[in-house]
Parts: sequence; C-alpha cells; structure tokens
Amino acid sequence: MSRTETSDFETLSETQLTRSERYRQLVDELVLAPARIVWHDWRARIAVVIISGFLFLGTVGVRLVEEPRTNQGGRLVGAFRTLEHPLGTTASGVDILSQITYATVPMLQMITAGAIFSVIMATVIGTTSGYKGGLVDSVLMTLTDVLLTIPGLPLVIVLAGVLPIAGNPYAIGVLLSINAWAGLARALRSQVLTLRDAEYVEASRIMGISTPKILSADIVPNLMPYITMNFVQQARAVIFGSVGLYFLGILPYNRTNWGVMMNDAVRQAGATSSATAFHWLLMPMLAVILLSMGLTLFAQSADRLFNPRVRARHAKTVGGDDTDEVSS
Amino acid sequence: MSYVLKRTAQAIFTVFATISLTFGLVRLLPGGPVDYLRAQMLQQGGDLTTEQINRQIEAQTNIAVDEPLYVQYVDYMASILTGDLGQSTWHGDPVVDILGGAIPWTIFIMSVSLFLAFVIGISLGSFMAYREGSRFDVSSTVVALLLNSTPSYVVGLLALTFLAYRGGLFPTGGHYASGLEPGLSPEFLLSAAHHGALPILSMTVVAFGGWALDMRGNSIRVLGADYLHVARLRGLSERRIALRYVARNAILPMYTGLMIAIGTMIGGAVIIEEIFSYPGVGYYLVSAIDQRDYPVMMGAFILITVAVVIGIYVADLTYGKLDPRAKRGESRESY
Repeated sequence: MSRTETSDFETLSETQLTRSERYRQLVDELVLAPARIVWHDWRARIAVVIISGFLFLGTVGVRLVEEPRTNQGGRLVGAFRTLEHPLGTTASGVDILSQITYATVPMLQMITAGAIFSVIMATVIGTTSGYKGGLVDSVLMTLTDVLLTIPGLPLVIVLAGVLPIAGNPYAIGVLLSINAWAGLARALRSQVLTLRDAEYVEASRIMGISTPKILSADIVPNLMPYITMNFVQQARAVIFGSVGLYFLGILPYNRTNWGVMMNDAVRQAGATSSATAFHWLLMPMLAVILLSMGLTLFAQSADRLFNPRVRARHAKTVGGDDTDEVSS
Repeated sequence: MSYVLKRTAQAIFTVFATISLTFGLVRLLPGGPVDYLRAQMLQQGGDLTTEQINRQIEAQTNIAVDEPLYVQYVDYMASILTGDLGQSTWHGDPVVDILGGAIPWTIFIMSVSLFLAFVIGISLGSFMAYREGSRFDVSSTVVALLLNSTPSYVVGLLALTFLAYRGGLFPTGGHYASGLEPGLSPEFLLSAAHHGALPILSMTVVAFGGWALDMRGNSIRVLGADYLHVARLRGLSERRIALRYVARNAILPMYTGLMIAIGTMIGGAVIIEEIFSYPGVGYYLVSAIDQRDYPVMMGAFILITVAVVIGIYVADLTYGKLDPRAKRGESRESY
C-alpha cells in the first residue's frame, strides 16, 4: 500500500463544525438538555429548589446572617414570634436561624466528601472486579462482602471512639462512608457482567485497548444512572449518620451541627418533655428532613436524565445529528 | 466448591476479619485503648508495678501486652472465639455477661420492626401498583417519599415527646416495668411489648415507605410482562395470578435488600436504643464510648457483627429455596 493512498479511516467528514458551533453543541448536550429534562419533572423541580436553597444558605446565607453566639436575643423565644429571630432562640439566647445556616456549610462538605468517596471506591472496585473476573474478582468480592456484612454505623461509632479524628467535616464524611461503597460495588459488578461481552467492548479488547481505558470509555458511561442514584443515596446516608452521631455526642465537633443542636435542645432544655424548648429540637429536624427529601426527589427524577429517549426529545443540537421527533 | 460451603467459609471469614480489626484498633493504634488503659492505671494506683499493670490490661482486653505481637494476636483470637470478651473497665463485670443480657432485646425490637416494615411495605406497594396513577397511588408515593427522607431517630424523638412525655401513653425507658419477674407470664410479655412499642414504631415508620416504593416499581414491571397475558389466557384464577405470578416475582428482587436491611437496622437501633434508654447492645455501645470503656465497646461491636453475619447467612441460604434461578458458581473467563 502506497503512502499517498488514504484509508477510509483517515477521510474527513465533509461537513465540519466551527469551534463555536462545537462549543454550543457541547453546552447544549451537557448543560441545557439535562436542565430542560429536570425542569419538565415536578419532582425534579422541587428537588432543585430545595437543594439550591441549601446551597444558597451555605454560601450566601452565612454572609447575610449573623454568626451564632450567646445572648443574640431573649432566652427560648418561640419560633415565628418575632421578625428578629424567625426560628426562635435557644436557652442561652442563640438565634436558631443562624445556627441552622452556619451548620449547613460543614454538612454540605461532609455530604460531598462522603458521596464522592463511596462512588469512586464502588466504581473502581465494582467495574474492575466484574470486568477482570478470575482471581481479581474473587479477592475484591470477598473484601466487598466482608465490608457489606459489617454493620456500618456501629463500625463508625467504634472508629470515632478510637481514632484521633478532629472535627474535620471532610474526614467525617469519608469515615461515615467507610463501608457504604460495598453495596454499590456489588450492584455495579453485576451490571458489568452483562456488558463485558457486548460487541463493542469485545472490539475494543481485540484492538488492544488497555483495561482502564475500556472501563472508563466503554463501561462506566453505561452505569451512570446507578452511580448518580447512589451518589444521592449516600449523600442522604451521610446526613442521617452524621446528625445521628452528633446527636449522640460521639463525633468530635468544633462547629455547629444540626445533631449538636438537637442534643443541646434535649440535654440542656429537656425539649422532649417541655413545650417551651420544642422548637429548638424541631428546627434542625426539619432541616434534615427537607435536605434529604430534596436529595431523594432528585434521585428519583435523575433516572430520566439518562434515558436516551427523554434526552433526545430535549436536545436541540446545532445540526449534525438527525433528531427524530418523538411524540410526547 | 458447593455454594453452601463457600457461603459458610465466607461468613466465618467475616467474623474472623472483624475480630482482627478490633485487635488492630486496640493494640496497634498509638494512643489507642491499650495506651489509654495503661496511662489511666499509672495515674490511679501509684504503686502498681509494670507486671501488675500488664496483668490488669490482659484481664480487661484479652491482650497479653508483654508477649510478642503474633502471640498477642493468637491469644486474643482464641479467647474471643471461646466466648471471653474481656472485662468491663467501668462496671467491672465480664463483658459477655453485660452484653449477653442485652442482645435478645436488640434482636427483639429489630426483628419485629423489620418484619412489620416489610409486610406493610409489600402490601401497600402492591396495592399502589394495582391502582397505578390513582389519587391513592400519588398520595401514598408522596407519603412514602417523606417517610423515606426521615431518619428513625427523628420519629423516635417525636414519639418520645408526644406519646411518652406529653401523652403519657408509653414508658420513656427500660425493657419492662420494674418489679416484674422475666418469664412467660402475660404481665411480663405485655409490659415488654409496651416498652418496646415506641422503638419498634420509630424504626417501622421510616422503613416501610422504602419497601412500598420498591414493591410498587417491581409489581408494575411484572404486571406488564408477557407471561401474565399467557396466564390470563390460560384462564388461571386472579388469586393464583396475584400470588404466584405477580407477588412472587415482585418480592424476589427485594430479598437482597432485606438482607442488607438487617445490617443497617442494627445500626439504626443503636441511636433508637439511646433515645428510649432501652438497654440493648447499642445502648451499651454508646455508654461505653462515653465512659471510655474499651472492652465493652469492642465486645458490643463484635457481637453486633456476629448477629448480622448470622442473619445474612441464614437469609442467603434460604434464597435458593425461594428462587430456583439463583444458581451460582458458573465459571467465567477472565481477561
């Protein structure tokens, strides 16, 4: 074969997109289409409002609201009584709204750290194990099964009691997810088992593409619905776990936390038995429920994000693909 | 290797790994439990010899600190496998005695709430699927989502506030009324049920919504399957179709979830037991951390893990009986 002759693989397409067109297409594909899908679903709409509300609280809110300190107002002012302290105050006169706001920041950090940690661990271990098979699979799955059976919260409690961890929210987020990845790793493995013999994966393998590349380019994109769902579920688990353990007084802390607030309300003011302190206990509870509700709704609707039919309906790419109009 | 054999080996290995983990935590951490105990004894009894302190540490943690590390490990393993979990530094009693009395109570509230949540969830979920799209379905979905987003301890605290303190309907702590003799007498059983009601309620309420949503999704998938049309064409009774075709195929995928729930429920029970001052294993685990009672802490962790391992083991072995398709062990090519 002479060098001047070009093979089919080297011929260029006749229609070419300009740089700006390509960027616009990329933005449409990655940002606008998902946004349109999300806005089409009522659950997602509520979820986006709730989650961005908490993000707002954690970023802008801390600049607007005064930092919590004692004697900001009267003692045990009830909720919705004064405009100055809309959510009331604690037994030492701390404004509850400012406590809730300032506790949002470490909570978001914990959630992010824990969810990212567990998803990465699960994806690496689950896909490698399912794809490689053989001895690697046996070893990794034995490890996964052991961690899957060890009860998570008691393990975290023991580790928190023994390990000298400071109140770093990222460290606590990871600690709370220490064995949470095992369940997802198992689920991902069984998905990979169905994909590893697909034609296009086999083609990549025959072409001699490296295993990490096959995993990241051919296999993981198919698992994204699972991974997103679990990212959100783990975020919720971190909220439940951290607030619960702060409530028990087991995790070390140096900043306000919703669980610490609940603990103070019960231990200092007897909020379970006295009506005057009940709002102090109720507000952090509502914050926990609201944030995890937002995440649950988001997970439910995220399913649609990865459905190619739904995506196609919402995509408005700049020419190129011939998009079938799916009747809605 | 047969599945049962493999599964048994795996359960034993998990217990083994857990005990090894606790050994590592107690012995290998600088500033960990052994160092802490030694520092504490040096502070309290000024004229104790090193020998005496080592004896004391050994009695409490089962670790002979003056032996080489591998001997310590083997001894520790051996003593725990023979049922000696050491001695509490706070109560002074053997850890096995303290926790042995507590574990039946934990298993009691945990298994009852798991059972209730599963049964309620399945019935509700299949009903929701049957009436898909109706107002009942939509409102149940909203309620299930809300409950699913609520931690059990929030329900626990609300139940404690309104049903125990303000309503006065339920006790605020304990296993059973004081002065009752444990036994099979109706008064005792009634009192135990009365004391366990709120912890069980708290864990059931937050869990059944998730089961219902799962069951709803599975049932809807099954209801659209071809074999149901075939069954109808064959003229099978609706009852038979509902139970043998829909329910069975919708419940089976949830079995793995049930096994995982056994593990997470015990974790949830730790916080619930603390809220209701219900002296189960979790209650002792938390108070051991407050008192830095490391032997009780490690013992509680080992005991909880063993209980979970057994639960999942039994569930796993019975799965094959329920679902004949669950055959494993086919060899796969490795790349």
